Amino acid sequence: MNNFSYYQADKAKDATSAKRADKSAAFIAGGTTLLDLMKLNVENHDQLIDVNTLPFRGVEMTKNGLRIGALERMSDVGEHPLVVKNFPAVSQSLLLAASAQLRNMASIGGNILQRTRCGYFRDTAFPCNKREPGTGCPALEGDHRNLAILGTSEACIATSYPGDLSVALTALDAVLTLENAKGKQREVPITRFYLLPGSTPQKETVLEDDELLVAVTIPQTVAAQKSLYLKVRERTSYAYALASAAVGLEVQGGIIRAAKVALGGVGTQPWRSPEAEKMLVGKAPSEAVFRAAAEAALRGAKPREHNAFKVEMAQNTLVRALSEVAA
Amino acid sequence: METNQTKNAPTNVVGKPLDRVDGPAKVTGAARYSAEISVPGTVYGVLKTSTIAKGRITSIDTSRAAKEPGIITILTHENLPKPAKTPQQVEKWRAAQSYLPMQDAQVQYAGQPVALVVADTLERATQAAALINVTYQAEAPIDSFHDPKAELFDPQKIQQGKKDSHVVRGNPQQAFDGAAIRHEATYVHAINHHSPMEPAATLAVWEGADKLTVYESSQNVTMHQGALADLLGMPREQIRVVTKYIGGGFGCKGSFWPHTILTVLAAKAVNRPVKLALTRQQMFTGVGHREDQEQTLKMGTTADGKLVSLVHTKRATTSPWDNYTESNGKILDMLYACPNYSTTYELARANVMTSVWMRAPGEAPGSFALESSLDDVANQLGLDPLEIRLRNYADYDHSNGKPWSSKSLKQCYARGAELFGWDKRQAKPGQNRRGRLLVGHGMATASYPVHSSQGTARVRLFADGHAVVEAGATDLGTGTYTVMTQVSADALGLAPEKIRFELGDTRLPTAPGSGGSVAAGTVASSIMAAAEDVWDKVVKMAVADKKSPLYKAKPADVKVELGRMFLTKDPQKGETLVAALVRSGQPDIEGSGTGKYGAGYEEKNFGQNGADPNNDSKEKKTGGHSMHSFGAHFCEVEVDPDLGTVRITRWVGVHGAGTVLNLKTATSQMIGGAIYGIGAALMEETHRDASFARYTNADLAGYHIPVNADIPEIKVEFVPESDPYINYLGVKGIGELGMVGVAAAVGNAIFNATGRRLRHLPITPDKVLEALRQPA
Ligand SMILES: Cc1cc2nc3c(=O)[nH]c(=O)nc-3n(C[C@H](O)[C@H](O)[C@H](O)COP(=O)(O)OP(=O)(O)OC[C@H]3O[C@@H](n4cnc5c(N)ncnc54)[C@H](O)[C@@H]3O)c2cc1C
Ligand code: SF4
Repeated sequence: MNNFSYYQADKAKDATSAKRADKSAAFIAGGTTLLDLMKLNVENHDQLIDVNTLPFRGVEMTKNGLRIGALERMSDVGEHPLVVKNFPAVSQSLLLAASAQLRNMASIGGNILQRTRCGYFRDTAFPCNKREPGTGCPALEGDHRNLAILGTSEACIATSYPGDLSVALTALDAVLTLENAKGKQREVPITRFYLLPGSTPQKETVLEDDELLVAVTIPQTVAAQKSLYLKVRERTSYAYALASAAVGLEVQGGIIRAAKVALGGVGTQPWRSPEAEKMLVGKAPSEAVFRAAAEAALRGAKPREHNAFKVEMAQNTLVRALSEVAA
Repeated sequence: METNQTKNAPTNVVGKPLDRVDGPAKVTGAARYSAEISVPGTVYGVLKTSTIAKGRITSIDTSRAAKEPGIITILTHENLPKPAKTPQQVEKWRAAQSYLPMQDAQVQYAGQPVALVVADTLERATQAAALINVTYQAEAPIDSFHDPKAELFDPQKIQQGKKDSHVVRGNPQQAFDGAAIRHEATYVHAINHHSPMEPAATLAVWEGADKLTVYESSQNVTMHQGALADLLGMPREQIRVVTKYIGGGFGCKGSFWPHTILTVLAAKAVNRPVKLALTRQQMFTGVGHREDQEQTLKMGTTADGKLVSLVHTKRATTSPWDNYTESNGKILDMLYACPNYSTTYELARANVMTSVWMRAPGEAPGSFALESSLDDVANQLGLDPLEIRLRNYADYDHSNGKPWSSKSLKQCYARGAELFGWDKRQAKPGQNRRGRLLVGHGMATASYPVHSSQGTARVRLFADGHAVVEAGATDLGTGTYTVMTQVSADALGLAPEKIRFELGDTRLPTAPGSGGSVAAGTVASSIMAAAEDVWDKVVKMAVADKKSPLYKAKPADVKVELGRMFLTKDPQKGETLVAALVRSGQPDIEGSGTGKYGAGYEEKNFGQNGADPNNDSKEKKTGGHSMHSFGAHFCEVEVDPDLGTVRITRWVGVHGAGTVLNLKTATSQMIGGAIYGIGAALMEETHRDASFARYTNADLAGYHIPVNADIPEIKVEFVPESDPYINYLGVKGIGELGMVGVAAAVGNAIFNATGRRLRHLPITPDKVLEALRQPA
C-alpha cells in the first residue's frame, strides 16, 4: 500500500470537488473493498476522501419507492423492517453477503461499487486487461471457475460485480442517484449503470470521476414484495455466489402479471433477463414454465472449460427461486 | 532417571474436562504470539517475493524503495549475509524443503523470496518492498505432474529418505487378477494449504556474534534450533528458540522454512532485532502445502467381500529439489486383514515449493481412496458398509504381523452405529428424500499410528505446595498446557492451580514438537519420569526422617500415588510428599526424567519382544506390538440435486485412543479433526494457474475453510481403552486421528444419497452436478 493523504469531507461538494481536482484520489466509505485492493497494490490512490460523515443516510419510503442512503451499512439495511417487509430479495441479498463483521462496516454505495474477485485481477504478478489494459486476460485459458458466462468479451470474462445486492436491485428496477462536483444530481437506472467489458474492461460503470453515489431508490411493487434472493456456493456462508438469482413475481388469478428476474455470479454484470421475464408473464406458474424461462435466460451463455457448470447451476437456481417465490 | 514401570495409578484431575489453563490469557490478550513479542530496538522485515515461477533475476532496482523514510536496509541475493551452510550442504537436513532462496539469481517457484526490506515500521517496510523493481528473465514453468512438460519418476525414497517408494507384501497383482470382485478407481486430491489463523512469524535477536534468540511460530522449537545451528554453523546451545503460543499450525510450523533464516540473517546484517511475519498471501508460498495428487487403487475381494489384494499407486507433484510426498500407502497396508498389498509412488518435479505434512499426512488422502473403494464393493455386494468392515477386521497388524497393543475399533463401530442410528439407514442409494433434498448416510474407519518418540522434563516441587514443571514442548492451541498441568497435578497430588507448566523454549528440557500426534503421549511420560525422580528423592528423605511415619521403611516398599507416599502393605501408613519436604527444611526439590512413547517405551518395559504374559497370540510373527488408535465416523449429508450443494447435517465420531487426559480438550480436538476433514472433503482447494504456476486464490476469501454454518453438531465419544505398551499413562495421540476417514465418510454419504461416487476432492457443487448428469 502506498502512502496517501486522508481528507474527511464535511459536505458533498467538498468531496466531489476534491475528487475532481485529484484524478488519483478515491472516495472511501467502509473501505472493505478499497483498502483490500490498496494493500494488494491493485489500486494506488494518493488521496482518500472519507465520505462517511456525508448526510447520505436513511431508509425511508418515498413516492418513488424506498430510498436508501448510499452510506447506510449493509447490516442496517438488510435488517430494516421496511426492507424485510417490502423488498425481501434486497434484505436477503444483503444478509447472505460477506460476514457479519464486513456487513457492519460496508456501505450500500461501496457494495454497488465493489470490484471483481477474479484472482488474476487481484494479484499484480499476473497480466490483466481490467487492471492494466492491453496486457491480456490469463483467465480465458486459466482459472475461470468463478467467472462469467454471460456478457463476456475476449478482453475480460470477470464477474465485474461479484456481489449480491446489485443483483436484487437489478431485478427490482432500482434507480441510483448520482451527484457531481457541480452539485448536480442525475438518476441512472441500475440496469444502465454497469458496463459490459467489451474491449474496455477497465471501465466498469457510468459513474463519472467526480460523481458520488448518494442514494438508491427501489420502486415499490407487488413483485418486489413477493421477491426472493437465492445464492449458491460450496460454503454455506461467507462466500461469493457461484450462481444466484433475484426474482419477483406478481401473480393474479393464477397468472403471472409481472416478473422480475436477475442472475448473479454468471454475468460480467448483474444480469437482468428480459428473455426469462417474457417467458413468464401471462403464464400460469409451473415448473415447466420456470424451466423454459431459465433456459431462455441462459441462451446466450458462453461457458468455458471450468465454468460450464454454471449454465445448469444458474438455470436450476432460477427455477428453484421462482418455485419458492411462487409457492 | 527413567521410568520403568507401568502404572495403573488412580487419577484425580487427569481425564477431567478441565478448562484450558491458558484460556484467560488468550481471551484477555495477555498471551503473546510470536509476532506480538517485541524487544527494545525491534525493527521490521518484509519479504518481497517473485512474480515469476521460473527463471533468473536480471536486475533489482532498489533506488526508489531506499529513498523511503525509515528504511534501514534492503537485502537481496547480492548483499544478504551468507549462512555458514545452505540446507543442501547440511548433512542430515531436518526439514522438508532443502532449497534456500536469495542465494543466487535463480527463481524456482512463484512467491519465492527475492528481497527483504528492513525498516523502522511495518508499514514503511511494506511500502518499500512494493517499490522494489525486480526484472526477470522468465522461462516457462512446470506447473504440476499434469503438465505435459513434467516427467514422472520413481523417487526410490520418499519423506527425506525415510520411506521406500515401493512396498510389496505378498503377491498383490496376481491376487487382484484372480479376485472374484475387482474394483479399480482413481482418486484426486486438490492442493490444500494449512492456513492457520496465526501467520508464520520470526523475531530474531542477536546478542553479540555468537548468541541468538529466535521467537518463532514453531511447532517444534528443538527442530528450529537444530536447523538454525546447522545453517549458521553454531553450537545448538548458543541458539535459543522460544514459542509460547501458536495460533494453529496443522503441520506447516513443524518444518523449517526460508523466512526464519532470512530474518536471522537480516538481523545480523542490521545488527538489531528483526521481526518478520508472512502476509496471508505469502502463507501460500512460504510454509508448504499438501501436494496435488492422484491415487489409483485396485481392490480385489472374495465374493463375500473379504479383501484379497490392494494395489495402490500414487502420482504427485514435488519441488525441483526434494522428494517429499505423503505416504498414503501406510493406512492401506494395516487397516484391514488383507494378505496382499503394494504401493508405488511416482513424482514429477514442478516449479512449486516443497510440500509438507498437513493434517494426518498420508492417512487422510490414503483413507479416502481405501474407504471409498470399500464402500463401492460393499454396495456392489449388497453388504452394509459396517458389515464389510467387520468381515475385514484385522485382529493383528497385517503389515508387520504384530499384535495390536490395544484396539477398540469394534466398540467404536458399535457405539458409533448406536449413537447415529445406523440401523435406520436406507441401503439403496438415492431413496431417502427430505423435500427436494437427497439424504445420505455414510461411515468410514479412522486410524492413526503411535509414532515412537521420547523427551525429557523437569519437575520442581516447592515446600509451600506448588510446583513448576517444564518441558520444551509446544501447544498448538490444542491443550498441551492444560493436559500437562493435569498430569503434573496428579503426579504430585496437587490441585491444578498449584502447577505452573512451562513449555516452548529450548532452554527447557528437550521435548518433541507437536506433530505426528506424539506430544501428549511423550510429554506426559516425561513428566511422570521426572515426578518419579522427585518421589524417589522424597521417599529417601522420609525413610531417613525419624518424624516420618515411613521412618526406616525400605524405599522399595513405599508406593506413591497422587502425591502421597505409603507402605504398599499398609497404605494407612504414609504422608504426602509436601509434608516430608516441609519437615526437611528444604525449600524445594527437583527431579528430571526421560519419557518414552511408543515402541521405545514398550521395549524398555517389556523387552524386545514386547513380552506380555497375557499375550502370546498366534499371529504374532515379530517382536513387539503394533500401536495405533482407531475410530469410526458416521455422517449424514443433504445433497441438493438441482444446485449441487452438499451440507453435513449430522456427525458422530467414536474413537479408541487410550487414556483421555482431558475430556474437554480431547473432544474439541476430535471435533476439530472432523471439521478440517469436512473442509478437505467439500471445499478446500488452492488453484494454481497452469501457465504461470502461480496460485489464483491465495487468501482466505478465495481458499475456503468451513465456517460455523457448514458444521452441524458433532457428537464425539471415546470408548474406554487402556494400553500398557505405549507409555506410562496409556495415552495415545489424538491430533490427527479425528480427520482420518472424514472425507471418505462424506463421499460415502453422498453416494448413499445420490448413487454417484465422487472421487475428486473437494466435492464442490460443480462436480456434484456433473456426477448427477451421469447415469447412476
Ligand atoms: C472477504 C470478503 C467477502 C465478501 N463477500 C461478499 C458477498 O458475499 N457478497 C457481496 O455482495 N459482497 C461481498 N463482499 C464485498 C463487500 O460487500 C464490499 O467490500 C462492500 O460492500 C464495500 O463497501 P464499503 O463501504 O466498504 O466500500 P469501500 O471499500 O469504501 O469502497 C468501495 C468502492 O466504492 C467507492 N465508493 C464507496 N462509496 C461511494 C460513494 N458513495 N460514491 C461513489 N463511490 C463510492 C470507493 O471509492 C471504492 O472504489 C465481500 C468482501 C470481502 C472483503
Ligand atoms: S477476466 Fe478480466 S479481470 Fe480477470 S484476468 Fe481477465 S481481464 Fe483481468
